[in-house]
Amino acid sequence: MAKITAGIACSHVPAIGVAMDQHITEQPYWVPVFEGFEYSREWNKKNKPDVVFLVYNDHCTAFDASVIPTFALGCAAEFTPADEGWGPRPVPVVKNHQEFASHIAQSLVLDEFDITIMNEMDVDHGLTVPLSVMFGDKTPEDDWGTLVIPLAVNVVQYPAPTANRCYALGQAIRRAVDSWDEDINVHIYGTGGMSHQLQAQRAGLINATWDQQFMDILVNEPEKARKISHVEFLRETGSEGIEMVMWLVMRGALDEKVTEVHRHYHVPASNTAVGHLILENHA
Amino acid sequence: MTRKPKEYDDIPGTFVFDADRSRQGYWLNQFCISLSKEENRQAFRDDPEAHMAKFKMTEDQKQAIRDRDWNRLLELGGNIYYTSKLGAFDGIVFQDLAAMMSGMSRDDYRKMMVDGGRSPDGNRYKSEWEKK
Repeated sequence: MAKITAGIACSHVPAIGVAMDQHITEQPYWVPVFEGFEYSREWNKKNKPDVVFLVYNDHCTAFDASVIPTFALGCAAEFTPADEGWGPRPVPVVKNHQEFASHIAQSLVLDEFDITIMNEMDVDHGLTVPLSVMFGDKTPEDDWGTLVIPLAVNVVQYPAPTANRCYALGQAIRRAVDSWDEDINVHIYGTGGMSHQLQAQRAGLINATWDQQFMDILVNEPEKARKISHVEFLRETGSEGIEMVMWLVMRGALDEKVTEVHRHYHVPASNTAVGHLILENHA
Repeated sequence: MTRKPKEYDDIPGTFVFDADRSRQGYWLNQFCISLSKEENRQAFRDDPEAHMAKFKMTEDQKQAIRDRDWNRLLELGGNIYYTSKLGAFDGIVFQDLAAMMSGMSRDDYRKMMVDGGRSPDGNRYKSEWEKK
């Protein structure tokens, strides 16, 4: 049976990818960011997933303003790293476990989550940066070392799906994975965040106290975390901090009790607070 | 129809990109995202007015583009993930764009971020800004 053995939360700041692609991670600005990922890469080698279910948001790359699906599940055989205006990131093509993805799509719809199915989709930094964080430096000729099922969540046009709905979707993903009859190790990623505002006069907002409390309740009291309102995210964590609803999808797919084996928090990477968790699931 | 008041209207220095703004800014955003492609960047370089004319923008929106008035673009329905493509066209990196929108110099903004970012204290409600 397929098993979700871990949940990983990770910011997907594009500058983290740029720092790796330009080999400047040794610069003093970046050292404290990447030090916090050293444990993660070792842990990832020891707990190697067969499939990563990766919850992220597209930044007007696959979806411009003409199509805005709230939840879009990648069912294509593979996903090409997109050109976001500066040329594509020099990282491997992302390969799917297509049969498993189709099973999850069907299971979710029958479970009354009416997701959009993507049979063609390029993927942007929202998806590739967390993979780079966990799997380290890769070239386009390499393999990521895992199959990946992408789930794109709209967090660009307000309202994003609620924290509560994201948590419930995570629970439905768990049911879909548990009903897949293949002996594989699955990790689920919730990406984005933490506090950041990229726009207007309040740009640069960071709320480290709130971010740390959010990580505490997400890990230990998820029933509280799922009740956080959109306005609280906007006011306390900046207009782009609302990306953290995607961490709730990850958390919903895990058991009520999990073991936090790693936490990393650093300000800043560019305009953003970097947050990262590894949670082991014991099911 | 006038815009209904929203529960997030009292957050200072923030344009929440909701359905009203999305409707208002649709063609502005589609113009901006066109600049992700080199062929469109070239068209905009060659003849800015002709490239802008391909999108059904208002005169105010076009003027804000000509002026590179980054906050005005947001006010007129632009979204930062879109307007940042216009910034990239000009060779402006995201952090410098953020500095410009917040009315700070590039160096002051960078220092603020390295020192932990803009505090939420005093920046949660418009009323807190009005007292300043």
